[in-house]
This record gives sequence, structure tokens and C-alpha cells, in this order.
Amino acid sequence: MSAALAIIALTALGALLLGLRASRGRDMSLEQWTVGGRGFGAVFVFLLMAGEIYTTFTFLGGSGYAYGHGGPTYYILGYGCLAYVISYWMLPPIWRYARQHRLISQPDYFAAKYASPALGVLVAVVGIVALIPYLVLQFKGLGIIVATASYGAIPPAVAVWIGAGVVTAYVMVSGVHGSAWTAVAKDVLILAVAVFLGVFLPIHLYGGFGAMFAAIQEAKPGFLALPPKGESVAWFDSTVLLTALGFYMWPHSFGSIFTARSDKVFRQNAIVMPLYQLILAFVFFAGFAAVLKVPGLTGPSIDLALFRLSMQTFDPWFVGVIGAAGVLTALVPGSMIIMTAATLLANNIYRPLHGNMPDRQVSRLARRLVPAVALVAVFFTLQGGQTIVALLLMGYSFVTQLFPALVMSLRRHNPLTSTGVFAGIVVGIATVAATSLTHTTIAMLFPGLPEALRDLNIGIVALVLNVATLTLVSAIGRRVPSARSA
Amino acid sequence: MSMIKVLAVLPFLGILVGSVFLNQVTPLVLGLPVLLAWLLLWVVLTSAIMAVIYLADPANRTPSTHTDPATHTDPDA
Repeated sequence: MSAALAIIALTALGALLLGLRASRGRDMSLEQWTVGGRGFGAVFVFLLMAGEIYTTFTFLGGSGYAYGHGGPTYYILGYGCLAYVISYWMLPPIWRYARQHRLISQPDYFAAKYASPALGVLVAVVGIVALIPYLVLQFKGLGIIVATASYGAIPPAVAVWIGAGVVTAYVMVSGVHGSAWTAVAKDVLILAVAVFLGVFLPIHLYGGFGAMFAAIQEAKPGFLALPPKGESVAWFDSTVLLTALGFYMWPHSFGSIFTARSDKVFRQNAIVMPLYQLILAFVFFAGFAAVLKVPGLTGPSIDLALFRLSMQTFDPWFVGVIGAAGVLTALVPGSMIIMTAATLLANNIYRPLHGNMPDRQVSRLARRLVPAVALVAVFFTLQGGQTIVALLLMGYSFVTQLFPALVMSLRRHNPLTSTGVFAGIVVGIATVAATSLTHTTIAMLFPGLPEALRDLNIGIVALVLNVATLTLVSAIGRRVPSARSA
Repeated sequence: MSMIKVLAVLPFLGILVGSVFLNQVTPLVLGLPVLLAWLLLWVVLTSAIMAVIYLADPANRTPSTHTDPATHTDPDA
């Protein structure tokens, strides 16, 4: 075993022990396991939310996309900021409503607000469908880390199985408490590693930031800005906007709203969270440093850029430290995602269809579903073929479809009917599924449009169709009963 | 509060509209490509703007946050 692999294995073991400690001595009810008994303060909620946001996606996906695509990577900086601005006003009323009605999940919220259990089931399905690519990308990241750190001794497919096994074991022993505690360790490590790599690599390899960017500009003019076609300014704006709207629509992010002790927590976090985004800049620097030093990675292999460069530059033990940070960035969010998906299946899909099940039984079923969810994700991970960023963008297109119904539910007089919302979400999801499976872009659908419109994120089409459907169906639905009563 | 709340529009303008006009690499700003430097500036400004909004928001002046949700009315709702 290489020194790198030994350090990574020890880290995973340490995380498991922390998770075990966090759960000991607590009777884990469904509410405890999922929303931590609703007693977390600003710092803990911050860590939990940040823990979900700074994932393999940022670490390997962000650096890989900077390496492979250049300027378009900056979209990751933009959408977080806008999402936090929105969160200041959006999260407190959601939290208050959830607390009042003792809700524990996102589908509960939609089912309660629209008085429609069927809508709850649909929202749960949307959540699970979106979570799978998100989980796949964490496993993919774990696989890359373990396979690379073993210096070829462990084949990538086996590495994916090992990673999935660790995440599954972790979530089964710990629940949400384990996630929050490991999130502390993870954030400290990732902060240190990302800042170090982002500063050290450009200076060590190029002599400074300005020198590095000048060298890249010289070799690949325009690579560090948005291209005129494809991932252009229009793509950037539409993608930033879509992902900002979808940011808190993820079932696990939505669920972490419920863990807060008060609604002030969110308003405070809206100030601090944007600054946390600055870590991303260092991740980008590390990815850019690889551009001229490990040339030739294309397609899904761009996600390997950070690790390839690290192996060229550092001793195995330090590659192990980077790998350990990477493992934690996959473990914490990965466990949150699996737990959320399993709870959605048990509590929001199985339970409504099987009469009144007691909480204890639902919670036991959720735990038993954890390995099943992991297996499905392993299956898709081994199929391969997509970059980490592409996987996340697909998930985002799905969850963003919940945004219109959510925003309208915050109004005192919501003009939307549950049937309208149901129809709108179905149309939106179907559009996303159809366009992702066939890899359709707006440019393909409407070749005659000007470039600015052709490059728009295809998710916009789904969202427009969604809003049109829910408005229309709600309008018809409202008119029918009033006509009858007249 | 109502006037200060309008500040929340600025990050949207800076990030979405500003990028249209500053989509270029050179001249490097503090050693960074122009667009990257611009977006990083907005990360910091967003935080500052949210801090101003937070301080001006009467909802954050109530000392107790454990109040009954029914009596805790949000002026922005």
C-alpha cells in the first residue's frame, strides 16, 4: 500500500469513528436522524449547508472544469452568490412553516402547502431522480481519488466500490449528526489544502499568478474568458440564473433548512456564505496550473487534472493528504445525499402508499434502503461518460423545476392549484429528461435563432414550459369550481 | 428597510449584466483575468451588501428568536 493510500484509509476510518461517537447515547427517532431534532445554531447549519456545497464537485469538478473549459468555470462563483441573496428572504418563511407543522422533508412541505399528498409523492420522485447524478459524481470523485492514490494498484471500478462502501457504512452509523461533525473536520482540511494548492502551484510552477495567466493567455488566447460561441455569455447568464434558483431546491439542502434553531440563522448565513465562495478561486487556480503542465486530458478525464498535477509535483504522503481532503469532500455530502434519498423513498413514497406506518418503522426502512440507493448510484457511476460538472448541471435542471411552485407557495394568496403545480412539474421534468437523454441543445431545436439565444441553457426551455403549464392549468382549475358554485 | 432592500438587486446586475461587458482576459487585474477578478469582487460585495441589509432589517433586532411562529411576523413576508 502506498503512503498516500494509507493516509486516505486512516481518514476514512477516522470519519467513521466520529460518526459513531456522534450518534452514541441518542435515541435516533426519525426526526433526530433526519433533522437533528431541529436544534442547530448558525454555525452548525452553516457547516451543514457548506458541507453540502463544497463537495467533490468543487474540488475535482471545479478544478477539472477550469482545466478543460477555462472561463465558463466561473459560473460556479456567480450562482452561489445569487442563491445566498435569494436565501435571505426565501428560507425564513419556509423554516417557520416547517416548524409550525413539524415537517421533516421537502415533499412534506409541498404536500402541506398545496394540501395534496400526491404532489408530495411527485416532489419526492423529482428529488430522488436529481439526487442520483449528484451521488454518482461523489462516487466518481471517490473512485478517482482512491485509484490515483494507489498509484495504479487499485483499478478505478474497484475504487468506486470501495468509496461507495465507505459512504454507505458511514451514513448507516451516523445520520445527520455524524455529517455535521465530520463537516467541521472536512472544512478545515479542504480550506487548508485548496488554499495551499491554489497559491503554491502557480508560484512553484510558473513564478506567480500573473505569470501563470499570461502564459495560458499566450498559449490559448481567450481560454480564460467566455468563448463567443457555445459556453458564451448567454450560456453563462442562463446557467448562473437557473442554478441559483435551483440551489435550495435540492431535497438535502431544503432538508437542512429544517435543522435550524431559528430563522435568524439563515439571514446571518446569507452574509457569511458568499465569502466562503472565495475558496473556489484557489480551486480554479490549481486547475489552471494544470493546463500547461498536464496537457492532453479530454472529455470526462479532465476531472483527473488536479490529481495528476499533484502526483507530478508532490511526494506520495502529501498526495495522501490531498486525497484525504478529497475523500471527506465526497463522504460528507455523499452521506447526506444517500440519507436524503433513502428517507424520501421510505417516508414520502412508501409510507403514503401503505397507510399509516409508525415513525420507528419508517426510520428502520430508510436505513435498510441506504445500501440499495448506493448500489443504484454505483451502477450509473460505472457506466461513466460524463464530467462531474455535467452531472451536477443535469441534477440542477431537475430540481429547478420545483422553484416556481415553491416561490408561489410563499405568497399569502397563492393563485396556483395543486393540479396546476403537479402538471407544471411533470412537464418540466419530462422536458429535462427528454433533452438530457437525447443531448438536445437550443441550437439544435431552433437553428435559426441568433447566437445569444442558441447558447441559452436548455433548462430554461423546461422552466418556461413548466411555468406556462402551471399557470394555464391553475387558471382553468380555478374557473371550474367557481362556475359551478355560481 | 424598504429602500435598503433594493441593494439586493446589485449582485444580480453585477454578475449577470456586468459579465457581458467584462468578458475578457487582459489586461490582467492583480494578476487575474478581468472576468475572474470582476466576479471575485462581486463575491465580496455580495457579502457586504447582505451585511448592510441584515443590519437595517428590523426582523433581526428582536432578541428572542424562539418566539411562537404565529406572533413572529416578518415584515418582508
